[in-house]
Amino acid sequence: MIENRPVLNIVQHVILILGVTVFVFPIWLAFVASTHTARDVNSGIPLLPGDQMWENYAQVLGEGLSTIGAPPIGLMLFNSLIMALAITIGKIVISLLSSFAIVYFRFPFRVLAFWTIFVTLMLPVEVRILPTYEVVAQLGMLNSYAGLSIPLIASATATFLFRQFFMTVPDELTEAARVDGAGPMKFFRDILVPLSRTNLAALFVILFIYGWNQYLWPLLVTTDESYYTVVMGIQRMANAGEEQPLWNLIMATAILAMLPPVAVIIGMQRLFVRGLVETEK
Amino acid sequence: MAQIEIENVRKVYPGGVEVIPDLSFDIAAGELCVLVGPSGCGKSTLLRMVAGLEPITGGEIRIAGRRVNELEPVERDISMVFQNYALYPHMSVYDNMAYGLRNRGEPKTTIDAAVRKAAKTLGLEDYLSRKPRQLSGGQRQRVAMGRAIVREPAAFLFDEPLSNLDAKLRVKTRVEIRDLQQRLGTTSIYVTHDQLEAMTLADQLVIMNAGRIEQAGPPLEIYERPASVFVGGFIGSPPMNFLPCFAGAGGVETATGQRLSGDSPAMGDVTAGVRPEDLTPDAAGPLPLHVRVVERLGATVHVHGVLEETETDLVASLPGSDAPNPGEVLRLAPNPGKLHYFSAETGRRLG
Repeated sequence: MIENRPVLNIVQHVILILGVTVFVFPIWLAFVASTHTARDVNSGIPLLPGDQMWENYAQVLGEGLSTIGAPPIGLMLFNSLIMALAITIGKIVISLLSSFAIVYFRFPFRVLAFWTIFVTLMLPVEVRILPTYEVVAQLGMLNSYAGLSIPLIASATATFLFRQFFMTVPDELTEAARVDGAGPMKFFRDILVPLSRTNLAALFVILFIYGWNQYLWPLLVTTDESYYTVVMGIQRMANAGEEQPLWNLIMATAILAMLPPVAVIIGMQRLFVRGLVETEK
Repeated sequence: MAQIEIENVRKVYPGGVEVIPDLSFDIAAGELCVLVGPSGCGKSTLLRMVAGLEPITGGEIRIAGRRVNELEPVERDISMVFQNYALYPHMSVYDNMAYGLRNRGEPKTTIDAAVRKAAKTLGLEDYLSRKPRQLSGGQRQRVAMGRAIVREPAAFLFDEPLSNLDAKLRVKTRVEIRDLQQRLGTTSIYVTHDQLEAMTLADQLVIMNAGRIEQAGPPLEIYERPASVFVGGFIGSPPMNFLPCFAGAGGVETATGQRLSGDSPAMGDVTAGVRPEDLTPDAAGPLPLHVRVVERLGATVHVHGVLEETETDLVASLPGSDAPNPGEVLRLAPNPGKLHYFSAETGRRLG
């Protein structure tokens, strides 16, 4: 749609700018709060950055908030990263393989298998959290990276997405690969996975953010500080008991916790935008 | 070079649909055999059974004397060109051609030599590093050909390889395929629904209908002596005209009592077939054509119309000079010896 009406242009821009402001304002406030002293922040958040940025971030990254029961943020960021990557990679590998099986192999109860996976879409983690906790506890996986990530790996959404994608891959491609002597796993590795590149990149971003932002599950399965993730760490800091929460430091942590997902989006963006633009068939 | 033998082959799909009841024929080494027929006649199914992409319900297929029924496609020593080319979109032209050889574990230098040789044969040398989406339809088609010839298989299988090309390119590529096949001397099976492709390419033409062979043989022989009404109507463009006739002791008469011929191939109702190009204007001819549409092609004119007093459509292909106008009545006579007679009941050829 190409129109050249100045009034419409202005209206469009006003709406867009308003929208951006609404979304950016909380982040701006968080950033501003992270650059002041605790006293300034508690007496109402100022709107302009202060001069405590260096000190606040140095404290958060360095000594941590041992006074209020949170480990150094470096460790929490590292834990979050391990958990998010394990969930992302695990989900992608499992769902790639399971949708490959469902689409390309004729085995008994294939349709049943697919629908079973599909039905679990209806049950988010929160609904099945108690039985899942019980299982993880029985297996002795509390307070471990395995306990943090494995229960969140099975993914109906990604399986469904890859199934839909595989079904659009022309049959002739499969047959050409058979004539070329590629066995099933070779076909999967050499042809299906490279063709799924765009989907892989998009899913990686979505799943990484999903994994990074997990809150309830880490809260349940970790009691050992050395396995705390940053998102739950922020919550621990905010509920610091009798003491007044140190909002400037909490906000600094929040800003730091936001950076890895942003980095993933920026890193992956080129790959999946390019993939979306180039239609290859 | 290898002979392909198809013996009592049968195909029933799960669910009991019988596509091919019982089919046998041989393809001699180095021959290009074209399978032609309307859609759903089983020609693609047969090709896919030879390729190993479709299980064989019954009978036996032998390539170079070796039973291949239970072999995987790659073990059959064949290569296939697909209708939509089925190039791997994420691989370069070079990798597309090299993929099959790599899977066979050939040494790198052998692969490189084979790919460059095939690329040279097909004029693809400048495109080796491109991706399929950066190529035109004709170039993609040639890459698909390249992928087939690079392995030097015992047989090529073509599944309607030209139907995604525009008309001009199709004619050009058709000639290229024929030229390439003759130079390499590789036994080939070529499936098409286009009778022109079938006529021009085939050493042996196999016309299929509803899973059966209607007629097999050299194209010209089929053109000159079609074995059934189906074959007559399928091969030739415009198709053969069919007239319901009655054959008696005095010869063959049309439905309106006009005498077509003095000889009778049989007694009773027959179908007479005459090709449009075997009709000549003749003031005393037995076929009065009420002209409806005249198509001027330059060298020839196609005159479409209806036989007077009947519902029978007729097409005559006349030299470019004598074209009637729509609405006129043109009397035509079949050229002597160019009438074909078929049984009115079975549609099979008489005599």
